[in-house]
Order: sequence, then structure tokens, then C-alpha cells
Amino acid sequence: MCLAIPMEIIEIKGHRATASAYGVNRQVDITMTPDVIVGDKVIIHAGFVIEKLDPQAAREIEEAWSQYNAVMDEEELKKQINEC
Amino acid sequence: MTAAPKLKEMAEAFSARVLSRDVRIMEVCGTHTTEFFRTGVKDIFPARLSLVDGPGCPVCVTQNEYLDRAIEIGKVHGAIIATFGDMIKVPSSYSSLGREKAEGMRVEVVYSPVDAVDLAEQNPGSQVMFLSVGFETTAPAEAIAVRTARERSIKNFSILCGNKVTVPAVRALLDAREVNIDGFILPGHVSAIIGVNAWKFIADEYKKPCVVVGFENHDLIRGTQMLLDLIESGRPELLNEYTRVVRDGGNLKAQEIMYEVFDTVDTEWRGIGVIPGSGLALKSGFAEFDAQKKFPVTPPPPKEHPGCRCGDLLRGLIIPTDCPLFGRACTPERAVGPCMVSTEGPCSAYYKYGRK
Ligand code: SF4
Repeated sequence: MCLAIPMEIIEIKGHRATASAYGVNRQVDITMTPDVIVGDKVIIHAGFVIEKLDPQAAREIEEAWSQYNAVMDEEELKKQINEC
Repeated sequence: MTAAPKLKEMAEAFSARVLSRDVRIMEVCGTHTTEFFRTGVKDIFPARLSLVDGPGCPVCVTQNEYLDRAIEIGKVHGAIIATFGDMIKVPSSYSSLGREKAEGMRVEVVYSPVDAVDLAEQNPGSQVMFLSVGFETTAPAEAIAVRTARERSIKNFSILCGNKVTVPAVRALLDAREVNIDGFILPGHVSAIIGVNAWKFIADEYKKPCVVVGFENHDLIRGTQMLLDLIESGRPELLNEYTRVVRDGGNLKAQEIMYEVFDTVDTEWRGIGVIPGSGLALKSGFAEFDAQKKFPVTPPPPKEHPGCRCGDLLRGLIIPTDCPLFGRACTPERAVGPCMVSTEGPCSAYYKYGRK
């Protein structure tokens, strides 16, 4: 039903928001995480933001694995984003 | 595909790890089942380490009776069935949603339960029934759909409640003592909702090490290494590898929404039987959205799929390739049991990635 690809919140309107990753935008619902703000990285499941990433822990991972995403198949990632 | 150097080092260290004895670990999440294969991490497991699948695929643990009822409601009451795509090819006792759709039943795939509420609003002359299946990650979304239908006064929307919660199922597996598991890889996103602490009983009461793990390849390697460290040093502790997402107490808002709409009830799991407190049902205040009450039907007596060993698989007793039908009579195109069609199903993962 979903995967662990973090997306970035780029716009918020009430309980609806736009999240983006790899150039794909998704409409999501933020009812479960009312304190998200634009710029937060979030995890999405079944059209809902279920949790936001802890910026500190996410940054550490990002630095350590900066090349990781580059080796993933981008088409596969986009497909997963569209389906979650 | 060249891996990042750090990942490569980590993978090499993992693969070369020398275990002092045979170690069996269980993953309790269908997404982990698939991701261990898809990322290739399972291919680089150290010698003597084996992974058994747990009851972590919501579609797989759903009894045939549930789909039989959904199809019967579609037939008798003409309701439009809205569902996650994963359900379409799952065999019911006598049919499947895909087959019924081909024969004219209105079956619509949605990505979010709230899309099913929109579908009801767009079809005021029809009843829309959403197949509410999933663990704690999905249940808050389904609760919000029900609340949304109430707020928007949408009367032609209902859910067929098949939701389950994972903690009692893991407890039931540990109580059954059928399989000898040295430690558990715990689900990342279920834990994002319920929190790390919900699993403390595994370490405290059953003295088994366990680690909450994320889903990227570095998470899988790091989380498994953390679990092996605990196992090898004889420390029955609970650790969290997925700290960037999972908090000790979980997502309190999501828990609040979930229990505003649902009560816990006893429910039956494929292969395991009835587990007390492991299911969710709509609270009486939301009875008007309960498809089981709204659409009385008598489904035909449920029938198991002859020869299918999904039940044994979901208890960790066998792996998919032990099933004599695997890859022969049972393939994703012509599945005998649900474990071959759900994207989180162990047979599907083995078929897609694991046949060497
Ligand atoms: S291979 Fe098919 S028949 Fe065998 S356990 Fe898996 S789903 Fe059931």
C-alpha cells in the first residue's frame, strides 16, 4: 500500500497539502499530523501523512547516504510515489 | 548499479558477519517481507541467518468469509465496492473481485479511503462500500474517512470493517510456541502510529530481542545488525532503528482518531484462529456507516483453497517454497491463495524476487 519514500510538504491548505518528491506532486491529508509546516519531510500512507521525519535524524541519514537515492531506479521511485 | 561506498562497506560487513549458531528472525510486516528481497539485502544475509515471515500482510490474514460477504453485498444490494488495489486478485471462496468486475460488478480501486467518500458523493444514487482492511497504519485513515462522511452528511457511504491490530497477533504467536524465533524485526510504519513502547512486552515478558526497523536498504542492514547484536550477546531488549520516523509513544493524534471511531474486538486471522482484541469494529455511534449492519446478506459457506498453505506460512511454520503449489499451480496470474497476490504477501515476494 505504501513505501518509505519521504516527501516534502510544499503547500498547505487547511487539512490538505501538496507533497513532492522526485518531481512528482501528490495531494495528501495532514489530519493526523496537524503541526506539519511547509518544508517538512513526511511519510505518506494511503493518502495521509502518518508522521514527519525528525529533521536531525533525517539529516544524519541523508548525509550518510547521499548517494543512495542516485542509485535507485527513478522510474520505480515515481511509480511507488504515485501508488501510495 | 553502483552502491554508495558507505552502503557498500556496511553491506560487506553484514554479509561477512560470522554467527556463532543458527539464528532465525521473524519480520512482522508485509512491506519488510518484500523489501528484504527487492533491495537485495536478503541475498547478502550472513551464513546461518534465516528470516521467517510473520502475519504482517493484512490482505493475507483476512479470512475468505470477508471477501465472500463483500461480493455478496455487491450482488444482492448492488453496492459499488471501493477497495485498495491489492484486494482485486485475491481469491475469495468461489470468486474474486476482479472476476466479479469482469462480469459487471462495479468495483473501483482507490488509493485513499477518503477517495471512496468522494466516490459516494459523486454517485448519490448508489451505495458505496469501502473494504476497510489494514493494520494500525491504515486504520486512522479509515477512521478519518468515516468522520469525513459524517461531517459531509454523506449517507450512501459505508465500510466493511476487516481491520486488525498487530500487537495481539505477535503475542498469540509467542504464546503458541510453535516456532522458535530468536528475535523480531518490527514494522516501521505500524510503529509510527502505535509507538516503540507498544512492543516492550516482547522483550520484558517473552525475553526476545526486537528492533523497530525502517524500509530502505541501509535500514534493513542496520536494523538486522542491531538485532543480531542483541541476539548474540543474549540481551532481550527493544531498540529503535527507525528513529527518524518512529517515536516512543507513536502518533498520539492518529491513535486518538482511530479509537474515536473504532473499538477493539476479537477477530479471526487466517492460519492463527481467533485472537482476542485483535480486530477493530466501528463504535456504535458510527453504526450507520457499518456495511455489515446496513446490508444484511448470507454469504455462501466459506471454503478454504485446497492445498494452500498460507495459514502455516503466516505462523512462520514454513517458507513459501515449501508449499507444493508454489510456482506450479499457484502463480501471481493464477493465484490459489492470498499470499501469492498481495504486494505484501510472502509467496508473491518469493515468486517475484526470490526464485534463483
Ligand atoms: S504458494 Fe499459493 S497455494 Fe501455496 S501457500 Fe502460497 S498462496 Fe497458498
